[in-house]
Amino acid sequence: MQLAQVILNGLLLGGLYAAMAAGFSLVWGVLNIINIAQGSAVVLGSYVAYFAWRYAGLNPLLAVALAGPLLFGAGWVLQRFLIQRVIAAPVLITLVFTFGMDLILNNSMISLFTADYRKIEGVFPTVPLSLGSLTLPVDRLLAAAAGIGAAFALHVYLHKSRLGRAIVAVRMDRQTAELMGVRVEIIYATTFGLGLAMAGVAGCLLAAIFPTSPLNSAYYLHIAFVACVLGGLGSVLGAVAGGLLLGVVESLGALFVGAEYGTTVAAVVLLLMLFTRPQGLLGRAGYE
Amino acid sequence: MTSRGRLAIAIIVIGGLACAGLPLILAGEPYLMRLVTMFSLLLVLAASWNIVGGFTGYPSFATGAFFGLGAYVAAILQAKGVDWRLALVAAGLAGGVLAGPVGYGVLRLRGHYFAVASLMLGTILKELTTGWSDLTGGGMGLTIAGAGGDPEVLASFALRVSLALAVLTVLLGAAIKWSRLGFGLDCIRMNETAAAGIGVDAQKLKTYAFILSSIPSAVAGAVYAGWIGYIDPTDVYDVMWSVKPIVAVLLGGLGTILGPVIGAAIFVALEEIVWRNVLSFSAGGLGVLIVLLLLVLPAGVLPSLVSGKTRS
Repeated sequence: MQLAQVILNGLLLGGLYAAMAAGFSLVWGVLNIINIAQGSAVVLGSYVAYFAWRYAGLNPLLAVALAGPLLFGAGWVLQRFLIQRVIAAPVLITLVFTFGMDLILNNSMISLFTADYRKIEGVFPTVPLSLGSLTLPVDRLLAAAAGIGAAFALHVYLHKSRLGRAIVAVRMDRQTAELMGVRVEIIYATTFGLGLAMAGVAGCLLAAIFPTSPLNSAYYLHIAFVACVLGGLGSVLGAVAGGLLLGVVESLGALFVGAEYGTTVAAVVLLLMLFTRPQGLLGRAGYE
Repeated sequence: MTSRGRLAIAIIVIGGLACAGLPLILAGEPYLMRLVTMFSLLLVLAASWNIVGGFTGYPSFATGAFFGLGAYVAAILQAKGVDWRLALVAAGLAGGVLAGPVGYGVLRLRGHYFAVASLMLGTILKELTTGWSDLTGGGMGLTIAGAGGDPEVLASFALRVSLALAVLTVLLGAAIKWSRLGFGLDCIRMNETAAAGIGVDAQKLKTYAFILSSIPSAVAGAVYAGWIGYIDPTDVYDVMWSVKPIVAVLLGGLGTILGPVIGAAIFVALEEIVWRNVLSFSAGGLGVLIVLLLLVLPAGVLPSLVSGKTRS
């Protein structure tokens, strides 16, 4: 029964990872860029939620409506006017470029907000729901549901809306999409904006449960990457599956190996995955 | 060998001789000694990263992993009473021995996958080092006795060892570049599939490059540990040890022999002049430098000077 509880905890954690990985995966798939600054963008979203709660008493789950558009705008502008200039460069250059952006963003947050951990308190009931012998903390349940919901919303947007279908078209074949009249630069900017918006949403949900600090950003980046590769590149639903799986793997790893080896356990799973099934759980081969 | 190649050799020889004299000139100048030691260690990491990142075209972020491993191997051995020279050799060996199987596996991946897999190596070693506290002191770190406790003797010693290591690493880069191995790595960088088609054993050559690159990085970590006298996992496995060398090489010129030298010099100078004045924003300052560098001078200083233009 303890095992069932651990797996349940992992799934609740995984719902948050799903939201983090969905945006990261989208940007990687469409722009062929790994956004190293994704982790810091998540932390920025957490700060939006924290300050909205601190000064306006806003529920962190509702702060999503604030952080999402804010980070979308920031991402759109960054991509359109900055990253676009190195988009065709080799992998090394784009990696180091977004690494530089991450250093600037992260150091700015440390300067402005200090590295102290800040926690939102007293918003959710502290008594957990019980499901037989399993316990379900209310805040975690709501945040995980919201995370998976946000990822599904992104999936539906990509497949139903006009702009979303243009994004998918660019991901499948940039040149043909261009010939069909899609303005690739605008699609890139929109995609990067959506990626950061998802990071902002994930940040709000994390802020509802965990303390916020810029020191978390490297860990978040790591999570987004592993979940994204586990699930398979180029598919938002794959990122959701990867996030849930990673949450469970981490919880089981903490139980059997020890919580201090969380990254090592995730890395071993990731490497096994990369060598045996590089396209991921739900990914399609050749989608790189 | 081209005339440019001969020029590079001449510069390395003259530079090597100048380096031999530097410790004498700098004696009694602790600030400059520290600066040159920092430069030398960065140069070792930059020149060795250049073998994988520049010559072979694989964006490795594993430099910091080998640096940290070397620091810990040397520190643990010295704590057990092993001679420092032996400890440096053991650190290099440990780096090479780890790089063999890791490289053989990870170098099958390409592009982003390789980059992040190599980045994770440092995180894993950091967790294992922190966890194995009986041997490594865990998060508390390790103290190294040093050269008899006299800080001036130690500083001069660290300066000479790191300078010698830097010269050797640049020479190693030149030797690889102008060998059969270097030619093979060139082929892999330009088109790995085609290279395999003309009979280049890409998997073998890539792994050789990865091993040769890891050894100087690990020895640099060992020198750093002896110089600073205290190491802990968050310091020696810091991702900055992987990123700074890349920035230095990009500053100087990717895949060139003297690029790391010029890049490391500019980097250390910038670090001292600019970031000393904005200490609380030093990481952000590095970020600004990276963004500006890649936007304005994507090919680095050296190729831009050689070709006489700033944009390739």
